[in-house]
Amino acid sequence: MSTHTLAAPGMRGLQDRLWSAVTDRDEHAAASVVLTALDDGVDAESVLLDVIAPVQARVGTEWAANRLSVAQEHAASAIAERVIAALAHHPAVRTAPRLGRVTVACVDQEWHVLPARLLAEVLTLRGWRVDFLGAQVPTPHLIGHLHSNGADVVALSSSIPTRLPTAHAAITACQAVGVPVLAGGAAFGPDGRHARRLGADAWEPDARSAARRIADGIAVPAAGRQQIDDLPHLGDQEYTLVVRSRPQLVREVLAQLETRFPASAAYTEEQREHTAQDIAHVVDYLGVALYMDDDELFTDFLAWTAGILEARRVPAASLRPVLDVLGAELKDFPRTTRLLGRARTVLDAFPATAGPTTGAFG
Amino acid sequence: MSSSGKVVRLAEGGSPLMAPLKETIDTRTQQDPASGAGLWGQAPYAVLVVDTAGTVVDLNPAAEALLGGALRGAPLTETGPAWLARAHQEAAGPARPTDVDDDPAGPRRAAFQGRIGARSFEAQPAPGRDGGTVWWLADVTDRQLAEDELAAERTRTTFLAEASNVLLASLNTDRCMRVTAQLASRHLAEAAVVIGPAVGRKLPLAYAVEGRAAVCGTVTADPEEVPGLSEALQGFPPVPSRWIDPASLPAWLLPEDFTGTVGSAVVTPLPGHGVPAGVLVLLRGTGAAGFDESEEVFARLFASRAGAALSAARLYAEQSDITRTLMRDLLPPELNRVHGVEFAGGYRPSADRDRVGGDFYDVHPGSTPDDASLAVLGDVCGKGLDAAVLTGKIRNTLQALTPMAGDHEQMLRLLNGALLNSHHTRFATLVLASVRREENRVRLRLTSAGHPAPLVIRNDGRVEEIETRGTLVGALPHIEAGTVETDLLPGETCLLYTDGVTEARGGPLGDELFGEERLMRALAECGGMPGAAVVERVQVLASQWLHDGRHDDMALVAITAPLTTHLSAVDGHTRGRYTA
Repeated sequence: MSTHTLAAPGMRGLQDRLWSAVTDRDEHAAASVVLTALDDGVDAESVLLDVIAPVQARVGTEWAANRLSVAQEHAASAIAERVIAALAHHPAVRTAPRLGRVTVACVDQEWHVLPARLLAEVLTLRGWRVDFLGAQVPTPHLIGHLHSNGADVVALSSSIPTRLPTAHAAITACQAVGVPVLAGGAAFGPDGRHARRLGADAWEPDARSAARRIADGIAVPAAGRQQIDDLPHLGDQEYTLVVRSRPQLVREVLAQLETRFPASAAYTEEQREHTAQDIAHVVDYLGVALYMDDDELFTDFLAWTAGILEARRVPAASLRPVLDVLGAELKDFPRTTRLLGRARTVLDAFPATAGPTTGAFG
Repeated sequence: MSSSGKVVRLAEGGSPLMAPLKETIDTRTQQDPASGAGLWGQAPYAVLVVDTAGTVVDLNPAAEALLGGALRGAPLTETGPAWLARAHQEAAGPARPTDVDDDPAGPRRAAFQGRIGARSFEAQPAPGRDGGTVWWLADVTDRQLAEDELAAERTRTTFLAEASNVLLASLNTDRCMRVTAQLASRHLAEAAVVIGPAVGRKLPLAYAVEGRAAVCGTVTADPEEVPGLSEALQGFPPVPSRWIDPASLPAWLLPEDFTGTVGSAVVTPLPGHGVPAGVLVLLRGTGAAGFDESEEVFARLFASRAGAALSAARLYAEQSDITRTLMRDLLPPELNRVHGVEFAGGYRPSADRDRVGGDFYDVHPGSTPDDASLAVLGDVCGKGLDAAVLTGKIRNTLQALTPMAGDHEQMLRLLNGALLNSHHTRFATLVLASVRREENRVRLRLTSAGHPAPLVIRNDGRVEEIETRGTLVGALPHIEAGTVETDLLPGETCLLYTDGVTEARGGPLGDELFGEERLMRALAECGGMPGAAVVERVQVLASQWLHDGRHDDMALVAITAPLTTHLSAVDGHTRGRYTA
């Protein structure tokens, strides 16, 4: 059967139909949009990357903009999963593997599985033998798989920057058993600079370019590299010490916020937990910025959080005391002190919002 | 090289030790230029004096013995060793800077080296009378040999270290074979072939040429075609490398991109220490030199490393095959839609390296769409493999008891009896759910045996705890259990879970339990979600709560009444079908 890619308007039509099926939580309608398109001879890769992927991206943005609920977002992803599974079984899509073997996996604790899933399907379509290990693959499983089955390359996906240290461990472990790693996903930065920093053998921004890169061949890495060789600053142990004392830091910040802002003492248990979680997040990003020795990782996160707070009409300045307490607690750590200083500058540049200051965020 | 630099420094750097000696020579030469029997006649070095015209004016007996008396009075360029003549021209010219040139007194000359007959000499010039030069020739043959040997040994050690690094990195047999072939073709020969023990009638091979990436393949061939191969593959004691007649090599043994004609070939067994590891065949073209003895010894050193790595990889592969086979039935099953009811499961064992643990779940489909399916979720006391083995027993027993699923209490009693009679001392908690689709709702009969109560997410956002209580199984001779019935409307989900979820310890403060209340709050936001999404949501929250902390096994099963009226929509295996 000959297949073709649709012109833009045709694609948009398919996207719109899939979008309404997905937001209606109508799994069957969603599957039928995709399977009918395949029956009509639309190229399967195009269905995956030009119909399903953009719809999922839209689900993400709509959710971030609070126009979709958590439930709708999860339902949409679950439906997309099943639609892709259905697509893979369509007779027009079956491809016999004739190229090498690729392992596709998400790093441990990475639940955002769809980009990896799409890449796995695209590679299968292009004739690779693909082992798709799915979401949140613990590194020992990944390495065990490589020992048992071998692979020409591992495609590793991660979307959350706080998982970069885990991704790093996975990358070096794969390379240690002689398999090169192609990194992908938002965690590695829009330009892939974190992937390079972590010594990944390749990085690509999307599934098509990743498939091309894998087809071009990625050289087998040299043996014997360790994490600290990529990131010599880890020798100062600041990352380890800050991440290890996360619970104590959160507790200390929480306690000091309560003395500084008596209002927060009246928080409900849930509000208090929210605040604690937000503080824990700040510590997490501080940790990963220390790991990568990349100030922007921390300041970008704070600017983003400040933006969200402002949208909730909470002044960005309420983050200031968190940084101050952390600064006092961690004053013996030079890199941490530098990072917190930069973050303060970024926060101070935020325009002040009118309205009562609650002093904490939650 | 630093050693020759040092010699130069001593000879010409004006060191206090050498300066008087040089003085004496000059003096002696001036006093009695023709005499070879004087002071430097007894010197343990060959000494010759060359004048500004390049004529050898004098030699001491050592030099005469070395170079022959004919040299006396002849031009160095014509009768002396060519390298020494060149050295003389150079020494007469402007000074060459050396890389150890750190003396403020000015540039020094580097030492000159060359061979005379079978021996190596280092020549050092010293200024003589009338602008002539006195050449001191020191025999450095033994040092040279030692240095060459050392350099070769260093290269080999580096290579062996690299080989060990690369070989030990992977436990994958294909990769080990490829790496062995590639390393051997880079350092030991022009081309190398690794032949592994036969799988059925096929011999696995890895070919590499001139250090390029190796290619794997298989060939159906008789190992007898290659001398020494069948013995090595059968695990007979390793024999030393064998020379084989290149003409007798079968065509399949030659790598495709090996263009030349094979001049020499060696078969070296890879010692596998009890496990046949294969053989390494080294090939050199007709243009290259054959293998000498030290190369052969070295090839054997390499082969012993490669053999150890290959046999370890082969043992690992066998062990993981066994593990996989034994574990297949212990792994949590993949759940799909059964008879119009959506099932979804999620599992996370306590240790990341494990795939199984003490939690389990199963869905046994009813024999017809009108019969109830039985969903089971449980938790054996303990973690890890020991607990997993007992889950296998319980799951088998329950599967055998499915015809009795109409009476949960009876089923649990039988299971309890079976557990008490076994040698296991562990007990278990579990929950049984008989599930039947009726029109568009799903009828549930739920029984808990000492297990956390099932939770139902209603469409109005309530989360209902199903009050069913019973005794855990495997501990007491008599047990009791109460069964509760409830219905799910389209979109509603019943969640079965193990206490690993609620007892996850972590959170922002590091030591709080996730708890039932937090679970209920999370589920309240999951109204109308597909079962798979509910399971994933709870897994994500629990895993975020844990934040890398230690945890118990966690298992979840969601039973959902589908929103749509399709009897069987997409389940990932078949196209959807309509009922209306």
